[in-house]
Amino acid sequence: MAHRVGMEVSIAVSHAVQMSRAEAIAAYPITPQTHIVEHLSSMVANGDLEAEFVNVESEHSAMSTCIGMSATGARTYTATSSQGLALMNEILFIASALRLPIVMTVANRALSGPLSIWNDHGDIMAARDIGWIQIFVENGQESFDHSVMAFKIAENHQVLLPTIINMDGFILTHVVEAMEFPDQEMVDKFLPPYHPLFHLTPAKPVTMGAFAMPEIYTECKMAHQMALTNSYDHILNVWKEWGNLTGRHYQPVEKYKTEGAKVLLLTMGCLSEVAEVAVDEMREAGLEVGLLKLRLWRPFPFAELRNAVAGSKLLIVIDRALSLGGAAPPVLAEVRSALYAMRGRPQTASFVIGLGGRDIAPGAFKEIVAQAQEEAQQKPTEEYHIFGVRG
Amino acid sequence: MDKFGYSQSQKFDTYASRLLPREEYFTSGHRSCQGCGEALAVRWVTKAIGKDAIIAHATGCMEIVSSGWPQTAWMHPWIHVAFENTSAVASGIESALKILDRKGKLKGPMPKVVAMGGDGSTTDIGLQSLSGAMERGHNFTYFCWDNEAYMNTGIQRSSSTPYGAMTTTSPPGKMSIGQHTQKKNMAAIAVAHGIPYVATASPSYLFDLFFKVRKAIETPGPAYVHVLSVCPTGWRSATELSVRLGRLAVETGVFPLYEVVNGKYRLTVEMPKLRPVQDYLKPQGRFRHLRDKERALIQKYTLAQYELLLQKCGAAYPEFPVITETEEETE
Repeated sequence: MAHRVGMEVSIAVSHAVQMSRAEAIAAYPITPQTHIVEHLSSMVANGDLEAEFVNVESEHSAMSTCIGMSATGARTYTATSSQGLALMNEILFIASALRLPIVMTVANRALSGPLSIWNDHGDIMAARDIGWIQIFVENGQESFDHSVMAFKIAENHQVLLPTIINMDGFILTHVVEAMEFPDQEMVDKFLPPYHPLFHLTPAKPVTMGAFAMPEIYTECKMAHQMALTNSYDHILNVWKEWGNLTGRHYQPVEKYKTEGAKVLLLTMGCLSEVAEVAVDEMREAGLEVGLLKLRLWRPFPFAELRNAVAGSKLLIVIDRALSLGGAAPPVLAEVRSALYAMRGRPQTASFVIGLGGRDIAPGAFKEIVAQAQEEAQQKPTEEYHIFGVRG
Repeated sequence: MDKFGYSQSQKFDTYASRLLPREEYFTSGHRSCQGCGEALAVRWVTKAIGKDAIIAHATGCMEIVSSGWPQTAWMHPWIHVAFENTSAVASGIESALKILDRKGKLKGPMPKVVAMGGDGSTTDIGLQSLSGAMERGHNFTYFCWDNEAYMNTGIQRSSSTPYGAMTTTSPPGKMSIGQHTQKKNMAAIAVAHGIPYVATASPSYLFDLFFKVRKAIETPGPAYVHVLSVCPTGWRSATELSVRLGRLAVETGVFPLYEVVNGKYRLTVEMPKLRPVQDYLKPQGRFRHLRDKERALIQKYTLAQYELLLQKCGAAYPEFPVITETEEETE
């Protein structure tokens, strides 16, 4: 039977990887991802996880080693953050193009400079187009659940794409929460051993990573794009199966008190929980405010988003990263594109908050809603706000 | 087991050419240049490796000429990922094989893990991942195809380019003699990692190469083999001279053939008398601009390096060519 536990979320993620019976792990230490790999490495050392743990000399090599592991047919996991993700960048594209089902936790952290070890989404937004499935989680339970489910999604022969679970550094990775762990038996039944479609073996030699001339490169990228787009249904199926087993159901766009809401906030990651508190208070005060939580970032859930915002007048998109010199911060840019062709679409407002670990309390969301509503009365503007910036 | 630690079946120094394997693992149809010493090396190295191996290859000449989708010249299971990470990819393959073997998921014999890359991907951009993999002690063999520059991108200098060589990014001019640094001693760097087997080899000395490859892949733990790969395109030499140039590199002492077993150096091809380096430099257009002064410097440096190597080997000194030029006095 499932049982309740209380522990640091990073440790819970390492338990999820252990229960998923990951076979090969290559990782390099970077704050705030370290607790995950430290615990995995002690599990391997103690014989609690039958796996190879390789202490590589950089994140670039971590992802490269993961590619070697996965290509040989082992269930492969790694975790990183910020500068580490940036250093991996080149190899991330190749991992997805080789269609290797590597699972990676990204403990989201600001990018240098100035150097900051604290949380925002600048790291993953810079790696937006790597061709991986990308999921955001907001609490410990979701972190655990999605870590297990990610393997099943990635390894599906109809999917075969690497998958990232984004969890906010420190404010999620380092907090102690109550969670429900399933039994090993249930996880084993849910997630059978990995059977690669192709792998490196002298019994059936294959050439992986051939180069493409202009005659074929476009077709390769189209195939990759189709694989990622088509993974959508399989992701939902896996979430549904998990929901039936555990009672915890997940959606690409989660709705919170959106009934009759004229104003919608859209958040990602664990600030969603802070926003929930703010929405509760605003609802009590009689404001028609609801909350959308974008869980699935790639493939982007266009249809669900359009359905979710239908009927609202104002959509306030909260970004945790900047697109310096660009038209809009990354999430807003995406959301606006998604809504452009929609009839009766809501007006959008954009706020960038919580950069480099700047703390956000529920009151901030109330201020944001008030400011956005006020500005919505005036003529629409392309500007976005960096909330709470001084000077 | 004989004095070198081989079983009878592995005595390749007793091979005659007709006893070498007929199986081809690097097959015809690839697009390497005429006279490519590297393709020759790859062909014979893969023969020596045998069937049961997995190869990770870096971006570079050999990758580009052999793996244009949808064709491949490789009969081995083969993966190319990027330029600088081949050793990391091989680390992953080796680790995955270990865990799959422990879990009983591996069918057939344990494959040998092999990483290959050019001098750019070995001595420059991939040095870190190679160092990491050697330090971690993965059971793999790394082959460096050293053609002494970035030939694939159009003959740019690398840290493996020898002193005085002309490349497209070390051009000789009024202010420069071409490459003004000495070739990085990659084999010594590998030795410094304390790995069990390091060797230099050349396809111009086929049995020596074959023997070393077998030894390297049979050695448990990391092994490193540095193969001089004559490049007519980049060296500006006649295509029919490739094998000859490989021999001249050894005969002049520019590229001595030796192996280092558990830190112990041994010359595998001993030269009773070294030729003057001029014999090696002259057929190559990349050294054409050098004056006698630079040629004398190269001769001096070569002998000094050779002497250092002989000290490490504890071998007898060969008869050195006598430098009779008077440039040293006149300059």
